[in-house]
Amino acid sequence: MAEKDEAKEKRKIKAVAKMKEIMTAYYIEAKTAEQSGKKVAWITSGGPVEPLIAMDVIPVYPENHGAMIGASKMGVDLCEKAEAMGYSSDLCSYARADIACAPINGGPIGGLPRPDMLVCCNNICGTVLKWYEVQARFFRVPLFILDTPFCHTEFSAEARRYVQKQIIEYIAFLEQACGEKFDYDRIMEVGRLSLEGQRLWQAVLDTAMNRPAPLSAFDAFFHLALIVTLRGTQQTVDYYKMLLAEMQERVAQGIGAVPDEQYRLLWDNLPVWYRTKWLSEKFASQGACLVADTYTSAWCGSMKYIRETDFIETMAEGYSRIYLNIGVDEMARQVMEMADKYDVDGIVMHSNRSCKPYSLGQYDIRRIVQEKKGLPMLMIEADMVDERSFSEGQIETRIDAFIEVLKGRKA
Amino acid sequence: MKQIDECHEILADPYDYIRRFKAESQRKVVGTFCSYAPEEIILAAGGHPFRVFGSGEKIRLAEAHLQSYCCSLVRGALEDALGGRLDFLDGVVFPHTCDSIQRLSDIWRLNVGRCFHTDLVLPVKLDTDSARQYMIDVLRRFRGELAEKLGVTISDDDLRGAIRLCNRIRIALTRIDDLKSERPGILKGSDFYALTRAAMILDRKRAASLLEEVAEELEKKSAGQAATGAEVKGAAVSGPAPKRVILSGGVCNHPDIYTVVEEAGGTVVGDDLCTGSRSFSGLVDETADPITAIAGRYLARVVCPAKHRGLADRADHLVRLVRQKRAQGVVFFLLKFCDPHAFDYPYLKEALDREGILSMVIEVEDRLPADGQLRTRFEAFVEMI
Ligand code: SF4
Ligand code: SF4
Repeated sequence: MAEKDEAKEKRKIKAVAKMKEIMTAYYIEAKTAEQSGKKVAWITSGGPVEPLIAMDVIPVYPENHGAMIGASKMGVDLCEKAEAMGYSSDLCSYARADIACAPINGGPIGGLPRPDMLVCCNNICGTVLKWYEVQARFFRVPLFILDTPFCHTEFSAEARRYVQKQIIEYIAFLEQACGEKFDYDRIMEVGRLSLEGQRLWQAVLDTAMNRPAPLSAFDAFFHLALIVTLRGTQQTVDYYKMLLAEMQERVAQGIGAVPDEQYRLLWDNLPVWYRTKWLSEKFASQGACLVADTYTSAWCGSMKYIRETDFIETMAEGYSRIYLNIGVDEMARQVMEMADKYDVDGIVMHSNRSCKPYSLGQYDIRRIVQEKKGLPMLMIEADMVDERSFSEGQIETRIDAFIEVLKGRKA
Repeated sequence: MKQIDECHEILADPYDYIRRFKAESQRKVVGTFCSYAPEEIILAAGGHPFRVFGSGEKIRLAEAHLQSYCCSLVRGALEDALGGRLDFLDGVVFPHTCDSIQRLSDIWRLNVGRCFHTDLVLPVKLDTDSARQYMIDVLRRFRGELAEKLGVTISDDDLRGAIRLCNRIRIALTRIDDLKSERPGILKGSDFYALTRAAMILDRKRAASLLEEVAEELEKKSAGQAATGAEVKGAAVSGPAPKRVILSGGVCNHPDIYTVVEEAGGTVVGDDLCTGSRSFSGLVDETADPITAIAGRYLARVVCPAKHRGLADRADHLVRLVRQKRAQGVVFFLLKFCDPHAFDYPYLKEALDREGILSMVIEVEDRLPADGQLRTRFEAFVEMI
């Protein structure tokens, strides 16, 4: 028994403590912004945060808030509150939970700090547009919408011009909201740090190419927080350097995220926040490790379009061509690329009723990947925050059956 | 009226009508999915625009592509496409609307094939100069793409002709809409529905003259009633005047709703529906550069919730509409799983509440709730207002 505990202890990622420390400090700073005189902007997870950092505005992410609500199992209560306010139970549960939190300062951290402005980039979905409209009406603060035309098959020249113009408008919006001139030198530095942070985050994820994988998607869901919230800061760069070193060390020592890694799987879609522990233990107990996922890698997927020397100009394309803003066939292509890269034995798809842009099209991705790669696929029906859509018995049975298939293939 | 009967007949089997029309006219049929699809450009290219709704067949084939939490409009359209019922389409145009339509476009492109496919990635915000410019750019590009796909050239004169034709339809529908609100008894709600829907299916030349004829006849009828002093509000029916309600929501594929409202003692005097006034409100400037003018109408028109033009635009419009039509209540008609409309409902309701305007909401999946249940709810509502 003692030995077992020791092995378990060894598998724990040490950087976790540091991450918690950073995130706590970040939320304290954000919640006390009024005293420090700093401005707070709420921004969508896929939105361009670098100009905010360059203006010393504290970015706050309602989606990250949604994830926290889900993880602390406060989702059902808040979703029900939103429904009582008239919002349909079929809407995105991040949005529902956050909308319900605002008037009552609810949720695990007593509500998000009041925004001075809202920045909504629709590169992830149309939901955020509606959600931010709701919050702009509620808080009566200015809303900037960065409209990134959907790239079904291409990013057109017109779209490029349009988004580039909006980046300039975005800067003007910030100058107005902050009453300060934009610092074009500073943005170069922030842009550099942002890209470096993304490269490091990708490098962290890449360590999972090793066998055994030193981290799993469940770990990535946790360590993702900084690349989302504090992209473009030195702190983020430092943190991921540290995390990368720890992962490399684990690789050298052969420490895996799960004991006795037998099967390597790819996860698609958002996490099931209120059940990450259950799911991770469920898979781990069968020797299955989710070595990669399409979600956490979305924050470095469009790096290739951005040039450090030309950050302001090229970020238009980088922010338009992110994972959710592209066609289903391109998504399937990326899934297959990841399946190869991480050498997976199967794919687990979370059909997430909250997130239509992520989930509608999954059946086709499944078909394409099956046809081209012959990989076993498992589809789990759930929701990222609203536990009412999670049926444990059914999901458990499906996972067990899936593992049997994997076993059969290995034998 | 025989024109109205014609529309009902077409609606009973739109696909059959299109097949016959296509065989006779040799025109290419282009499927569209939302009221932001520029019919003018399709017509100018010699094509025939056809708004795809799905025929309400049981969902079987689409199950393999779309989860159950997708709206019935998207599922129904895909079902018909996969079932071969839309084989008359030569092409499709997907305007950027909501997340579900966006994914439908991808799924269609990958699975339906055969016909040409265009994505019209319109701006989502409509209230800035750069969005206006982008809207024009996108429509220009669409003009070129469509010309190429249909193997034609589209001149400015072609566009102007198409604009005039579409404007005629809009003017006629607006006349009818206004008359219906002036004298609700003059036209049954289900007839009004048939007229607006047929305008998305019929040969547009025929649609324009048909609607003009209907408008004229109704105007005559109305003048006659005024002269004889016939009951203004409720036509010839005896009993209390029907309560005036507005329908608000997205796509309404359920003519029965008008009947149920009428049977409950109400009458629909106006709407803010995607299949109703939003499809015909606003005119395209016939004198300006045609593409700029088409863009201009979209930028100025009553906004769809999937687009952004300020924070209160839709509520202001709804309240104005209620006042203008002297309505006594609003019925929100929401399609299940339709995000943009579901997000707007609480704020629209609140705006009405503030103005002391009563409202009720019904949510519809693919068919209306059981008849009796709906009737009871309407009756209660009509009594209240
Ligand atoms: S979960 Fe999906 S629908 Fe909700 S905000 Fe995120 S991308 Fe949008
Ligand atoms: S009904 Fe709503 S969800 Fe369905 S296609 Fe229309 S806007 Fe999208």
